[in-house]
Amino acid sequence: MIVLEKRPQPSKAWSYATPLVAVVATMLFGGILFAILGKNPVEAIGTIFWEPLFGEFAFYYRPQLLVKGAPLVLIAIGLSLGFRAGIWNIGAEGQYIMGAIFGAGAGLAFYPLDAFYIFPIMVIAGAFGGWLWAMIPAFLKVRFGTNEILVSLMLVYVAEQMLASVSLGLLKNPEGFGFPGSRNLQAYDSAHNAELIAGSGMHWGVVTALIAVIFAYVLLNRHMLGFHIRLTGEAPRAAKFAGVNPARLILFCLGVSGALAGLAGMFEVSGPSGVVSIDFNVGYGFTAIIVAFLGRLHPVGILLAGGLMALTYIGGEIAQSQLGLPAAAIQVFQGMLLFFLLAFDLLTNYRIRAARSEVA
Amino acid sequence: MDLGEINPVLLVASLMVAATPLLLAAIGELVVEKAGVLNLGVEGMMIVGAISGFAISVETGSPWLGFIAAAIGGAVLSLLFVLLTQVALANQVASGLALTLFGLGFSALLGQSYVGIKPPSMGDIHIPLISDIPVIGPILFQHDPILYVGIALTAAVWATLKYTRVGLILRAVGENHDAAHALGYKVIKIRIMAILFGGACAGLGGAYISLIRVPQWTEGMTAGVGWIALALVVFASWKPWRALLGAYLFGGITVLQLNLQAAGVAIPVEYLAMSPYIITILVLVILSADKSSAPASLGRTFHASH
Repeated sequence: MIVLEKRPQPSKAWSYATPLVAVVATMLFGGILFAILGKNPVEAIGTIFWEPLFGEFAFYYRPQLLVKGAPLVLIAIGLSLGFRAGIWNIGAEGQYIMGAIFGAGAGLAFYPLDAFYIFPIMVIAGAFGGWLWAMIPAFLKVRFGTNEILVSLMLVYVAEQMLASVSLGLLKNPEGFGFPGSRNLQAYDSAHNAELIAGSGMHWGVVTALIAVIFAYVLLNRHMLGFHIRLTGEAPRAAKFAGVNPARLILFCLGVSGALAGLAGMFEVSGPSGVVSIDFNVGYGFTAIIVAFLGRLHPVGILLAGGLMALTYIGGEIAQSQLGLPAAAIQVFQGMLLFFLLAFDLLTNYRIRAARSEVA
Repeated sequence: MDLGEINPVLLVASLMVAATPLLLAAIGELVVEKAGVLNLGVEGMMIVGAISGFAISVETGSPWLGFIAAAIGGAVLSLLFVLLTQVALANQVASGLALTLFGLGFSALLGQSYVGIKPPSMGDIHIPLISDIPVIGPILFQHDPILYVGIALTAAVWATLKYTRVGLILRAVGENHDAAHALGYKVIKIRIMAILFGGACAGLGGAYISLIRVPQWTEGMTAGVGWIALALVVFASWKPWRALLGAYLFGGITVLQLNLQAAGVAIPVEYLAMSPYIITILVLVILSADKSSAPASLGRTFHASH
């Protein structure tokens, strides 16, 4: 008989090892999945993980890694603060959309004016849009005790309808021959989130994501508020005695994660995407949940996990065009990763022992 | 705009159809939560049920086999949740999210070759004599069989929880798992059964959308119904008959906004389409003041440390 014995302290070694074990297990089972789909598993896994980094066209794919990774890291950093304290914002997708709408809206309001202050105003507007959207579940939780999981998720569907509404109405390109979607911000210099170094993939969103990682690291390790976040998650009763104000924590965690998701949306719409359109959002807000857990809710871990997840996006696209691997297979692959991670986390908190047969 | 085009009898009849997927998923989740487990993967189990039911009924030509497959599909996915939360003792919130993310991707993968196909129809039951009563007949007695299964299931869950020994044990496990364990009840085993039941119900609800309500297969077609079902359990204060009432209320809102869209009301389509989600939030706010009826062990991990 096998029994589980709770460790007095979570194992440090296993907490570093589980993400790696989970990635290996996902590759293994992902390979089986690809084999069932009739693809050569070794070739498919190789295409996803090797091709974007070291393949023939790596010079093209490597910058894409930053473009895809930045929004994931930016959103996941925000989410991780709340997840640590047991505050579950799972509506980042909605906050991302609202950030894009507010940011693009602010920029387009100035069209065709050429001025240096337009982009900074868009950045502030984007962060504000995401913050505002996250403040709805935060306020309702603080004031009425409403479940933030359900409210933040419902607001994703509301935001998607808002997006449809503005791309067909308010922000629609007046010179777009009646097609849905806004003016292309890439063609409007003052509002364009251009690459800082041409061909590098490095845009303001990547810079902001790196700043967010440092900010979160300092907050969690060197600041009282960060200590309170960790304390609330690890020992809620002790946090209560230590005088942690739960309302303040909820407003802060949801507010920061909303603002960061809003920034991610704004940088995306003014840069790589360029256009506010009905299908603007592609699920970064949900994938970021996987990134946050895969990075063990630790800022540096999230940076690495964001890179890995960006790799599966790009590698997945390559596998799609070269091997005909369905797009949904990559989604399943990403979902599996979270599964294995949660399952192997057992080893961090529990010790597996063979039970002795004698009667105690 | 022409509101006169909306036929009230048809409206109420289609309200019952719109409410059924919600009801099936909510009744399943209600049992799961009564056992003290919070499974946020309802949306994922529904969509997997929707595609398994659709695929099997297209392949075999039998909607009945489709519904059975949907229940099995939902239960199999919930088995993953069992492995994570009851065996590996993982966090229930994170595991439920994992289930939904995985289910959405997996269903899209399975459903690739089923886009644009029409499933075999189940046909409506016309109960002799009473289905011919004007007004009441078309509203209550001319529906597909699964709709009545949903109502019967509600009654069965209510009676089981209230009057039987099994129901009492289930509630005991949900209220205080340590005490139930001390009394010799197998907490984990009971919770596993409840989770599987919830998965099967969610699967049925999903298949109802793809086989009867719509009826066709599109990616992500459950569009948040699973999440509304979770809100519905809170709305119902964990009481089966109130879940039925709530499902009809939300079904009514959905049908009404669709009818208003069709009638060409001056409100933009997008605002009408977001109304069910906004009303869900409002209802949650109104009801969140009273948490006393929630099972006391809801969402807590049980580990017997002898």
